[in-house]
Amino acid sequence: MHIDETEKKWVWITVIMTVIMVGVLTAYAVGSNIHPPSGFEPIDSTRLHLTEEFAEDNLGYKDNGDGTGTLTMVGARYGFYPSRVEVPVDTPIRIRVASADVLHGLHVPFTNYTTMVVPGYVSEVNTTFQKTGDFSVMCNEYCGLGHDHMWSRLKVVPKSGS
Amino acid sequence: MSNKENSVGIGLANFWVALGFMTVAVLLGVYQVAERSGFFPSLESPTLYFASVSTHGVLMGFVLTTFFIMGFGYYTATTSLKMPIPGKGFAWFGFWLAIAGTLTAAVPLLTGNASVLYTMYPPLAAHPAFYIGATMLVVGSWFWCIEMIWMMLRWKKAHPGEAVPLVHFGNTANAIMWLWTTIGVGSEALFQLIPWSLGLLETIDVGLARTLFSWTLHAIVYFWLFPAYILLYTIMPKVIGGKLFSDEMGRIAFVMLLVFSVPIGFHHLYMDPFQEAGWKFLHMFGTFMVALPTLFTGFTVIASMEIAGRLRGGKGLFGWISALPWKEPVMVASGAAMLLLTFGGFGGIINASYSLNVMVHNTQWVTGHFHLIFGGTTVILYFAAAYHMFPRMLGRKLHSRSMAVVQLWLWFIGMLVLTLPWHVMGLLGQPRRISSAPYDDPLVQQWNIHEAAMIVGGVILFISTVMLLWNLYKTHSGPAQELQMEYAEAIHPAPRVPQLLNGFAFWNVVIGIYLIASYGYPIAQFFLNTTYGATPWGV
Ligand code: HEM
Ligand SMILES: [Cu+2]
Ligand SMILES: [Cu+2]
Repeated sequence: MHIDETEKKWVWITVIMTVIMVGVLTAYAVGSNIHPPSGFEPIDSTRLHLTEEFAEDNLGYKDNGDGTGTLTMVGARYGFYPSRVEVPVDTPIRIRVASADVLHGLHVPFTNYTTMVVPGYVSEVNTTFQKTGDFSVMCNEYCGLGHDHMWSRLKVVPKSGS
Repeated sequence: MSNKENSVGIGLANFWVALGFMTVAVLLGVYQVAERSGFFPSLESPTLYFASVSTHGVLMGFVLTTFFIMGFGYYTATTSLKMPIPGKGFAWFGFWLAIAGTLTAAVPLLTGNASVLYTMYPPLAAHPAFYIGATMLVVGSWFWCIEMIWMMLRWKKAHPGEAVPLVHFGNTANAIMWLWTTIGVGSEALFQLIPWSLGLLETIDVGLARTLFSWTLHAIVYFWLFPAYILLYTIMPKVIGGKLFSDEMGRIAFVMLLVFSVPIGFHHLYMDPFQEAGWKFLHMFGTFMVALPTLFTGFTVIASMEIAGRLRGGKGLFGWISALPWKEPVMVASGAAMLLLTFGGFGGIINASYSLNVMVHNTQWVTGHFHLIFGGTTVILYFAAAYHMFPRMLGRKLHSRSMAVVQLWLWFIGMLVLTLPWHVMGLLGQPRRISSAPYDDPLVQQWNIHEAAMIVGGVILFISTVMLLWNLYKTHSGPAQELQMEYAEAIHPAPRVPQLLNGFAFWNVVIGIYLIASYGYPIAQFFLNTTYGATPWGV
């Protein structure tokens, strides 16, 4: 077995580089609690309208009264509903999304609001919008021939009372 | 004397099938960039576009690769081990099964009955012939895997205690990895997609299906990449007049690729619900581990190039680079591939990052990333292999070396022009897999210039493809020239290596345990809990 000295050094360099990268990611994950949207929560996608949470009348943004909010949305070919939502800036928001039909991907460019929307499972994203303005909510997973047309709007507004 | 190994026929058949289907896919690619740009209103048609992208993805991802890898494996195995393919009928059966599978899947693809993209995510449902055809293609490739393993075992029996040539150590590592890899998509097809599309199952669990697909989705890229790495280690140093820097490091890299690439597929599920964050986090560690063999490879390959450069009289810190034989297709492709791999590697680290992935997930950035590494690094080395092997298989001179060199540079430039704008558009929020950009958002204005650039890239790549085909086709009728396949020697030849670097029995046990640890519970949870399946949906 022969491994060259220079090569051994390179192996160490790559190992250290990798440890640093993983270390930084771990620090953010553990230290700042940054995690991708996750969690095993089955739901019957064919009966969303019969659930309390995802019934049409209950969709949209709700102020929880404690400085946080909840946004509930449904993705269905070809749109995200409600198709216009308004949320306050600088407010921790728990976003809950379910699909009423096929696979979708929800993404709002320039924010951390991104998640796959998978039939049979509830997606949950916890985020705080840091800038006011108009944003597009785009579908980023092919969901059928109308996929390009699947988008809606999100408006981030100043906090009420401020 | 003639050196006609019994792999020449099957090798050439595989190569031409791969190139033929690739050409169809390139044409579709050019149509796609034109259609999705929105500059040609008469082209707009989501129906055609998604049938086309589905076909392009399947042909590039599954068909070009599988056939190319089989041809490469057969020819390098017989020429490095100096033994014939055993059970040739068996090998040909696998080949014809793969052809039959490809044609079976092609019918629904081309008639718009399988516009579900190459990832075939349910609950969008394709015609059953699509899933059945794709499965036949994979099963066909298993015959090749068995051949590779069989040849390694036979050779070891005839050469007790000797080190298996690095080329075939790599081929076998890839074959074994592919068998492990295809368990995921294979189970998804056999137990979910096929019975469900035939109406035998009413619903399937989409979370389970996506988890099984993720099992395959990462390691498949290493299946594609393996022959490219094998070429860099064992063919390139010889062709450019140097030596392989380290045979043992090659083995270590191949073993690491084999062990680490399957159990880490959750980086494809970072943005999915139905898996807990902790599992994703663990897979992130594994994902970074698999960067190591690529970094080792980069070192060995560049060091081998430097040795060649210095042997050819190159001096100084960088002087050896210009001393390299830049008129040699294998050299040009290897240099270009290393550059593309460097760019692509940066992107890959972003994608693999547990917390950064959110910024690029499913945007056009991703399409840019895999065209760079797959369409770029990997495929350009496939071309190099073809330029190197066709003359040796046919016993004829390559039609034109200078045309080959131009072709490779054009491919390199074309891929950069195609993929850099995609990376930018991804960062500017463009979702992937769209046939138009109807969003009423000022962002869309910023995409236009990049949409124009990508069309230029597509056209360059098309021209490059034509040159490739012409050159190889003309080689069939070129002047006779007998050349042997020769493989690089290491600076420190390794006639004997530790048992662990000369066989895979132990590593198979390691992979088995690692897979159970990383996928056991995440798959079991779908059976331990009540979940709700989805019925098939048309596109
Ligand atoms: C002329 C060259 C090429 C052009 C113009 C081209 C263009 C495209 C376009 C426009 C898409 C659709 C992307 C989207 O809508 O998100 C695509 C997808 C794809 N391309 Fe290429 N491509 C080319 C070469 C290649 C090569 C050489 C490979 C690999 C060997 C490749 C593999 C793929 C795959 C696997 C997909 C499927 C993506 C998906 O389903 O999201 N392409 N290509
Ligand atoms: Cu969609
Ligand atoms: Cu991957």
